[in-house]
Amino acid sequence: MTAFLSGALFVAGALLALLAAVGVLRMPDVFTRMQASTKASTLGLGCLLAGLAVQRPEVSVLIRAASIGAFMMLTTAVAAHVIARAAALTGAPLWKGTLVDERPASGTEMP
Amino acid sequence: MLDLAIDITLVMLTLAALLAFVRVVRGPTLPDRVVAIDLIGVLIVGVLVVEAAATGNQAFLDVAIVIALISFVGTIAYARYVERERS
Repeated sequence: MTAFLSGALFVAGALLALLAAVGVLRMPDVFTRMQASTKASTLGLGCLLAGLAVQRPEVSVLIRAASIGAFMMLTTAVAAHVIARAAALTGAPLWKGTLVDERPASGTEMP
Repeated sequence: MLDLAIDITLVMLTLAALLAFVRVVRGPTLPDRVVAIDLIGVLIVGVLVVEAAATGNQAFLDVAIVIALISFVGTIAYARYVERERS
């Protein structure tokens, strides 16, 4: 039962990570790619860590798994924000179907 | 049963890293490459977690923590570099 549950969590996590990679490859511009990458990879790594915690319920493993998970949840959000800001500042091109571009015209300062 | 699931998981994570690497090569802009490299870092952490579950060796988890830290610092350093180059 434990082996079945952790195996299912591993495969689900790997599937989500694969979806993130397909999104990074197929999405049309940098902001949509980032959206695919951060959401799916956070959930995918969460599933992998949950599988590890189910399979080896020892205190030392649980503490390390929880710290990896908490750190990843915290830093992927900050890193995605920072990359998106840098991409917006350098004027990365948007997808041609984008309807609203709220970036200021080039040459003006971004707040 | 669990060994089969772990093998499938490792193959899928490797395939995902390969797809992200295609994006690193193709670009077209620098932020695209940084996003893909960030994803490869997350995938390496995932491989280490699965490997720790497969072998029972907890040193893999310590390595995973260190790689997560370093990839975050690399992303922040890239953003600082871009903002300094602008001014």
